[in-house]
Amino acid sequence: MSDLLTVRDLRVTFSLRREGAMPWASPTLLRAVNGVDFTLRAGETLGIVGESGCGKSTLARALIGLVPATGQAEWIDGRDLLNLTPRQMMAYRQDIQMVFQDPLASLNPRMTVGQIIAEPLVTHRPDLPRAEIRERVRAMMEKVGLLPNQINRYPHEFSGGQCQRIGIARALIVEPRLVICDEPVSALDVSIQAQVINLLIRLQKELGLSLIFIAHDLSVVKHVSDRVMVLYLGKVMELASASDLYGSPQHPYTQALLSAVPVPDPTVEAARTIVPLKGDLPSPMNPPSGCVFRTRCPRAEARCAAEVPALAGGDHAVACHFPGPLTEAEIARAREVA
Amino acid sequence: MALLDITGLSVGFQTHDGIVRAVQDVNLSLDQGETLGIVGESGSGKSQLSFAIMGLLARNGRASGSVRFDGQEILNAPPKVINRIRAEQIAMIFQDPMTSLNPYMRVSDQMAEVLVLHKGLSKRDAVAEAVRMLDAVRIPDAKGRVRLYPHEFSGGMRQRVMIAMALLCRPRLLIADEPTTALDVTVQAQIMQLLADLRRDFGMAMILITHDLGVVAGSCERVAVMYGGRIRETGPVRPIFADPAHPYTQGLLDAIPRVDQLDEELRAIPGQPPNMSRPPSGCAFEPRCPYRRAECAAIDPPLEGFAPGRARACLAGLDELRERRMRAEPRPDLVAAGEGAAETDLPATDLPEGAVAGAGAAGSTPSPQEETRP
Repeated sequence: MSDLLTVRDLRVTFSLRREGAMPWASPTLLRAVNGVDFTLRAGETLGIVGESGCGKSTLARALIGLVPATGQAEWIDGRDLLNLTPRQMMAYRQDIQMVFQDPLASLNPRMTVGQIIAEPLVTHRPDLPRAEIRERVRAMMEKVGLLPNQINRYPHEFSGGQCQRIGIARALIVEPRLVICDEPVSALDVSIQAQVINLLIRLQKELGLSLIFIAHDLSVVKHVSDRVMVLYLGKVMELASASDLYGSPQHPYTQALLSAVPVPDPTVEAARTIVPLKGDLPSPMNPPSGCVFRTRCPRAEARCAAEVPALAGGDHAVACHFPGPLTEAEIARAREVA
Repeated sequence: MALLDITGLSVGFQTHDGIVRAVQDVNLSLDQGETLGIVGESGSGKSQLSFAIMGLLARNGRASGSVRFDGQEILNAPPKVINRIRAEQIAMIFQDPMTSLNPYMRVSDQMAEVLVLHKGLSKRDAVAEAVRMLDAVRIPDAKGRVRLYPHEFSGGMRQRVMIAMALLCRPRLLIADEPTTALDVTVQAQIMQLLADLRRDFGMAMILITHDLGVVAGSCERVAVMYGGRIRETGPVRPIFADPAHPYTQGLLDAIPRVDQLDEELRAIPGQPPNMSRPPSGCAFEPRCPYRRAECAAIDPPLEGFAPGRARACLAGLDELRERRMRAEPRPDLVAAGEGAAETDLPATDLPEGAVAGAGAAGSTPSPQEETRP
């Protein structure tokens, strides 16, 4: 399988000016994404998980140029997406589309469903005749499970799940190769969530898409993804195939995260041992030295404060000086501290 | 005697669109120190049920039936009566701590206010008690932090402040309305653990309202599943999760991916929740139900006991439900409308009406959190 996208050392830094600060004072830097490397293969789904503030949405926005970023994001044809002029980027926008979290807020309330879905096509393929566009929109609506005769309705006439279908149709109409889904189902009810997840998986297989699937719900990400990347404070903690990552998590943070996910089964729940994390997420404006997770890690040692661990280990990559399953003694210690 | 006894509770909202029946004929009881989970999707009436208990319905809301707390009728009780019971006997925590805390008041002041008002403590004693309670919910450096404003806390810490505030008067019943929905999983685990510890220490009963079946499985003894304003199934947690007796409960459990298992395909529930301003004449789940029969469109079956402590509201036989679940194969992606619907012999959903339903049922009632204090 060829690599569709190779990201190297991606960084997004926001410079914040403190209120009331003197004009000559240097601004505080918030490193939302702090040196992320990964590759995305053609036709695979890469899940990105992490808690709020870990930079997962910023990473997605950086890839499509919605926020300025440094580093490299090499597309399959060798071009660096982060180094393109807006005009050059236009051509690639057709290949990379996005599905947003809030289904209703991401649709223009004054446009009909037909106009919304057709808009990317009108923008990117101005040569297409109108009849052809209409035909494609109808076909796409059918594909995502909307009735083609709803083409003249407005977004408010649809429920959340259907709005998300409209959002998906809009992303797919230009036949992209990569779709970035930023929390596509977290605003939906459980019963509707499953419909949309199934739809995404089916379409991905049918159309051979690559997906970047961002969510905070670890069960959903596991279900959807081929590989999963765990982010913490803008850094990759662990990156592995879904079965490896969920089956034998190596990074202490991944283990803590997975232990916290509630399972809808009372028997399992009764036996579950939660590895609690002490304290709060450190401020991204002043992240800990060395390993960013060390302040909350049950295994942290002096080396963790001094040295930034590199993401290493090939197919199951971990950024930790002391990877491996937590021992019972460590879990007990973590529970005592928290 | 049960601590809380709800019989025939119905809640309706007068809207431009007619009366929206948010809750219909709910019967529940809760013992001292017991935890009850109420599960449902948005618009199922689970939150309105709790607002009705607390006397917090929006102005256009009407509640009927009976809610007895410790033998005393509290539904539609005069403000004087209900104000004493609220906070002192029954406390409530909400989903979003930022909107339920007063942003203009220091945490010390808002917490002290409760004690000064209800317990007649002096301000100084009240603040000292507030600090003790913040310690109890494990906020580090409670003494220093009590002077801060709500925005100076992180999301998880804010929820702890809310819990501390709710517990100040040592209530006998805590109603937690989606207490962890806005929080990250690791924080959620901390808060649920905290609630369990506090419940044990204070001997409190708790009603946990949530859409997350995982949270219910971990922290409740009994569960009531709501759909379209009614309780569809209720019973102890273990048997319900192991052997769901209502098609909706079954559907919910089959529709969620699990982190501890490899699931092939999710079995989604087709269609969408009903519009409660135009409720279906029969069972509200009928249009989405794989077991539906002719009678279902006309009869809304009552909740009937079928095993010790368990009850369900469904016409389909138990054996049929059990057998079908065992051999159910992953169905193809059942979509709300279009081809999917046709394939699976579901009636084409009435989209114009049904579509508005999802948002309409909850959205048309103006700000349900608004208090109806005189």
